[in-house]
This record gives sequence, C-alpha cells and structure tokens, in this order.
Amino acid sequence: MDKKMTRKEYMQWSQKEAPKTRKGKNMLMAFLIGGTICTIAQIINSFLLSAGMVQEDAGTVTTLIMIFLGAFLTGLNVYDDIGRIGGAGAAIPVTGFANSIVSPAMEYKKEGYVMGVGARMFLIAGPVLVYGIVASIICGILYYLFA
Amino acid sequence: MGTRLGKQTIRLDSRPVIQAWAAIVGAKEGQGPLRRYFDEVVEDEYYGEKSFEKAESKFIRETISKILMKGNVSTGDIQYLFAGDLLNQCTATSFGVSASEIPYFGLYGACSTIAESISLGSMVVEGGMAERVICITSSHFCSAEKQFRYPLEFGNQRPPTSQWTVTGSGGVLIGSAGDGPRIVHITTGKIVDMGITDANDMGAAMAPAAVDTITAHFTETGLPDDYYDMVVTGDLGEHGKNLCIKLLEENGINIKHCYNDCGTMIYSPEQGTDCGGSGCACSATVFAGYLLEKLSRREINRLLLVATGALHSPTSIQQGESIPAIAHAVGVEMQQN
Repeated sequence: MDKKMTRKEYMQWSQKEAPKTRKGKNMLMAFLIGGTICTIAQIINSFLLSAGMVQEDAGTVTTLIMIFLGAFLTGLNVYDDIGRIGGAGAAIPVTGFANSIVSPAMEYKKEGYVMGVGARMFLIAGPVLVYGIVASIICGILYYLFA
Repeated sequence: MGTRLGKQTIRLDSRPVIQAWAAIVGAKEGQGPLRRYFDEVVEDEYYGEKSFEKAESKFIRETISKILMKGNVSTGDIQYLFAGDLLNQCTATSFGVSASEIPYFGLYGACSTIAESISLGSMVVEGGMAERVICITSSHFCSAEKQFRYPLEFGNQRPPTSQWTVTGSGGVLIGSAGDGPRIVHITTGKIVDMGITDANDMGAAMAPAAVDTITAHFTETGLPDDYYDMVVTGDLGEHGKNLCIKLLEENGINIKHCYNDCGTMIYSPEQGTDCGGSGCACSATVFAGYLLEKLSRREINRLLLVATGALHSPTSIQQGESIPAIAHAVGVEMQQN
C-alpha cells in the first residue's frame, strides 16, 4: 500500500470514487410507495367513517389494520421487497414498524420462543420504542409545567 | 523444502499439486454467468435442512464428498483439513466436517479463508507432513445477513457500495504428486487498516490490503507484472476493484489487462447485487469452479489468486472501530511442457 496516502485522504478519495446513491430515484420511489401506503390507510379510514364509526375509533382501527397488513406482508416475504424499493416511504409508516418487529421474530424462531422470538423481536424496533417513550415523557412533563 | 523469498513470500520448490476441486453454490449463483462451471447448484436455500446454519454445514459436507469422489480418494487418505467460514466460532465448518473424522484446523480469515487454507495446506504438504490435505470454505447469504446485518425480511434499502454474500462452498484437494495445477508461490498478507468504518463498504476497506499483498508478491518474487495470465482478487466488488487498479498503478504495477475480481465475476449486473459478491464462498467457488477449470484446460497457465478478507465483527463495527483487512496470495501454475 502506498504509504503516501494517509487514512483521512484514503477515506475521502474512496468515498469520491464510490458509486453514488441515486437520490432522485430513491426520493421519488419513497414518495410513491409511502403515498400509496397512506392512501390505502385513508381509504380504510373513510370507509370506517362512512360505516358509522366515530373519528377517534376509526383512526385506531385503521392503524390496527395497517399494522396487520405490514405484519402479514412481512410473513408473505413481500414487505422486504417493498422496503428495498420504497426506502423511507416503506419504513416510516406504521406498516414499516410492524415489519421491523415481525422480521426478527421470524428470523430468530429457530433459537426458540424465549431467547429467540421473545428476546430478539425488538432488535430493530427497540431503540424506536425506548426513545419514543422517553420523548413522550419529556413532552408530558413540559405540558404539565407550562400548560 | 521451500525457499523464503522475502518478508511475506515463499516459493514451494516441490510444487504441491491441486489434485481435485469442487464447488457447490446456491440458486442465485447458479443464475450467474459462471453457472456451468459449478459442480452443483442447490435451488433450496435450506438445502433440505431446518436452518440456514445447518444448510451451510451441508454445503461443506457435500463439497468434501465431491472432492473425495473427484480425487478418487477416501477420508482415510486425507491427513489434514484446513477450513473455515464466516459464522461465529466457525460453527458451519465444525458441524460440516465432524462426520469426516479428518484431523482439522479451523481457520478464520473472513473472505480470505480459501487462500489462507491453501497457503497453510500446501506448506504442510511441501514440508512432508502430509501426503494429501483438503482446504475448503463456505458462506451462506442468509446466515451471514443474520449475523452481520439485518433479518432477511426486514425492508431496508441496500447502499450502492454493498455486496451480496455468496451461498456455497468451494474447496481443493492438495497432494504431493500427480497432474494438475501446482502451487508455486505464497504471499501471506498482513493487516492493512485504512480507517474505513462502514461495513457496507468492504470493497474500500479491503482494496488497500489487496494492493499491499500484490505489491509485496511482485517485489519479493521479482516477477514481471505481465507474468500471470490472470490476477484475481477475492471479493472487492466493482468499487474495490476500481480502487485496487488505481492504487496498483500508483505503486507502478500495471496488471489492468489481466486483472479481475471474483466478486464481479460471479453475478451479472442485472442480478441486483450492487457491487457484486462477497463471502468466503465468493473466491472459493470461483477458484474451485471456474479458475481451476480454466487452468486445467490450459486456457490460462499462470494464476495469482488474491483472496481478500474484512476482519471486523458486528461488535467492533458498533463500537465504531475501523475494518482491519487482509489479503493472501497464492500463485498457481500449470507445469510447462
């Protein structure tokens, strides 16, 4: 290896030479996939409202249905393909959250229901839950103090 | 008895012979451009087993059987087995080789393991400590993803520098006599760490190691850089290959005309593997499938295999450590008539 190049120079040079992320295409696909998922949820929500459900209940039931769909499509080996194409558009909606919990549960089933499924299920979703809950506690305290 | 040519390189004067070789791959590799060179393509990613880990062990077990069959020998004729894989504590290999009852050295060189095992195996044969040894490695896309990255069904996006772990196993039978490709030079790599911390950019992490070893090989042997018909690195992928060529040129070694990388050879671009293949089986199956076949047909006569390995672990990556890389070179030649 040529000793003339320092680590920092090498890192900069190799990054410059690296194949680039196709940002335009990725953003377009995230918009389309994410938009499709949200449109499906909106259709379900509107249907529930028209069937006579109150707004609050319809929102909860819609979320539950979307979580089910995300988990179901993960089980059918479909959601990983949606995620590969849609990126953040598939990861951010609640279907992506379901995928992040069901996929390790499937993967670690071989290690048993306790140390496998039970212990590894929140491998990816765990940090989201931890910091989501911490953030909501902080918001709650601020609301209590200033509202 | 072998001659030391320099700090990293030795010449094997008895020229141990690669008597037999075999490569078994998974479905995706079987759809690639080298399909017809593999001994078997296994369509089922579980290989009829209950887990991916067990499937990987079966890849090794079946490849050993194929090597024994093609070499027309039995397990009792083999004095040593040099083998390894990517899984923690090399369990795929330990389970895979247990039934054979051959004395076994377990190796971890990540994706460089095939060249590491061939180096050690041929030194043992050169030194007269064994008549026949088997050197073999394996990797499995599903078990490697599980250990190093995300669950298979997790819908994440692959960065453009990422590579695809080859499913399969490749190995060789090395003996002291017979016809076939011969191992002439061994250049053992040293750790090269250029500070890359991204485990999805292994090509950039390993390219300097490959350059270091190739440079040492040509310097210490004194061979001209047009000596080999082919110089093949293990699994640098498109990105690492590009870096490697440029760095070698800076070192005054021009092998562009005969240089290739197993990671870019095993898949075709439309197979969606981004930068190409990686894993122990990448260089092992391309070597034991395609390259040795080309040598034995004398389509090429001299080959330098430079298998590259990224020696990180999921823990070291999470702790923000850089990736230590290594490359081992093996010079394989057909006997000149």
